[in-house]
Amino acid sequence: MNKQVSLNQDPRWIKNLLISIALFFIFLFLILPLYAVFEEAFRKGFFSYANALADPYAWSAIKLTIIVSLIAVLLNLIFGVCAAWAITKFEFKGKSFLITLIDLPFSISPVLSGLVFVLLFGAFGFFAPLLKAYDIKIIFAVPGIILVTMFVTFPFIARELIPLMQSQGNNEEQAATVLGASGFKTFLRVTLPNIKWGLVYGIILCNARAMGEFGAASVVSGHIRGKTNTMPLHIEILYSEYQSVAAFAVASLLTFLALLTIVIRSFIEWKFENQGIRLKKNYTKINLNLKS
Amino acid sequence: MFNNKQLKILPGFNLTMGFTLLYLSLIVLIPIGALVLKTFSFTWEQFISAVTAPRAVASYKLTIGASLLAAAINVVFGLLIAWVLVRYDFFGKKIIDALVDLPFALPTAVAGIAITSLLTSNGIIGKFLKPLGIELAFNPKGIVIALIFISLPFIVRTVQPILQDLDKEIEESALCLGANRLQIFFKVIFPAILPSLLTGFAMALARCVGEYGSVIFIAGNIPLVSEITSLIIISKLDQYDYVGATSIGTVMLIFSFFMLLTINLLQRYQFKKINS
Repeated sequence: MNKQVSLNQDPRWIKNLLISIALFFIFLFLILPLYAVFEEAFRKGFFSYANALADPYAWSAIKLTIIVSLIAVLLNLIFGVCAAWAITKFEFKGKSFLITLIDLPFSISPVLSGLVFVLLFGAFGFFAPLLKAYDIKIIFAVPGIILVTMFVTFPFIARELIPLMQSQGNNEEQAATVLGASGFKTFLRVTLPNIKWGLVYGIILCNARAMGEFGAASVVSGHIRGKTNTMPLHIEILYSEYQSVAAFAVASLLTFLALLTIVIRSFIEWKFENQGIRLKKNYTKINLNLKS
Repeated sequence: MFNNKQLKILPGFNLTMGFTLLYLSLIVLIPIGALVLKTFSFTWEQFISAVTAPRAVASYKLTIGASLLAAAINVVFGLLIAWVLVRYDFFGKKIIDALVDLPFALPTAVAGIAITSLLTSNGIIGKFLKPLGIELAFNPKGIVIALIFISLPFIVRTVQPILQDLDKEIEESALCLGANRLQIFFKVIFPAILPSLLTGFAMALARCVGEYGSVIFIAGNIPLVSEITSLIIISKLDQYDYVGATSIGTVMLIFSFFMLLTINLLQRYQFKKINS
């Protein structure tokens, strides 16, 4: 046994060389930018950092970001659960086409995502006369930001739930239904406990993207300080005004959120691994084994 | 195999499917349809002159060139990182593994300003490069660096699971038959992971071409030199040039669909290869 293992092992110098190159690359491209955020944020000491975060405009950006992502995550959560239920519990034609459509926003560039909503609701958009008649503002206002955020984070929860629910099969739900449970009760008592970690996984990824969305939000926001500035947009304005410490102070909050997301994500993956399930930790298309 | 009758016992198909289709149409299909419809309302001359304007053409070349280069660099280093994470044990491996997802979790604007602050002439890296006459900020080189950061997880995470599931016995028999490490890598391992590498490359490329937030801070945004296509769309929108923005947007949309198709075909090829 021991011999077999050693047969397949690379020589020590190759192993050390490859590990060194990999670590150096990761240090250069991942750890240094991370370090730079905090170094720049605390460049002028803790007080400037705290002052930058106490700024009312920073606060309103934080508040708007939280409101926008709450709405986007909640709606995409309802959608994700419905889509996963319809796709994994039933057989119908065009299933893989539907999955491709659900995944579509994932492959569209953020600026394009913003552009499509400007074409619908902007000053010269399809719905412009209607919006004008009722004095509703969507573009350069909060509703527009919510819409584009919903668009860019659209597939996130569905794409985690679909493979998970597919792998779990229908047997437990069918048993519950046969025993007389209603559909909603079956979902609540049988399905939900099985998918709860998958749900959390999808929600944190969706939330991270929603809070950090920049390109699409930038197209529809109009950058009105205190009104339509989300945190990433506020960072851009501060940075372009050479208020580096303030920009990085707000950025440090989002960086902290990103790190927290990674930690929770790793924790959930570890939990699944203990149950013998390897969560799909990649960004490829939702992959259903449709043959079964 | 369950028959269809048994599958239909579960309730809620009409409700969940109805909501899925309604929400999908409202949030995704109608908006994308609006872009296509808008493009058809322009004359052919309008469309062609917008998408072939010198600034637009320069931006396609820059965007695709920088994206190809960044994705290619990541194929090499992404494979290396995936290899190291799967094959070797070392201190802090779990943390490094988790950290690979950072570019996916970190907002692009934050990545953009962080990378810029590193590379400008008084930044941590820029400081050392300045005496050597190397300038990485505010030119196309900076764009490539931002894109390398952004697309790294796509390649690592596509290759990693394939490398993990690779059958060690084949390698062992190759070794017993007298192959050396290099031969084993190129004749046994590489062909097995090639489809996943190509998929990762295509996904990284697709992501890079559409990237906006991390690039604009470092690019310098000089017309004809360091202006990416996404930025052209934004500046045309700012000038209320809807014809220009929509036309160039349509070109990008077509490219996205083309990449989506390529990735699907590559994944099918990969799936076939695993099952054969």
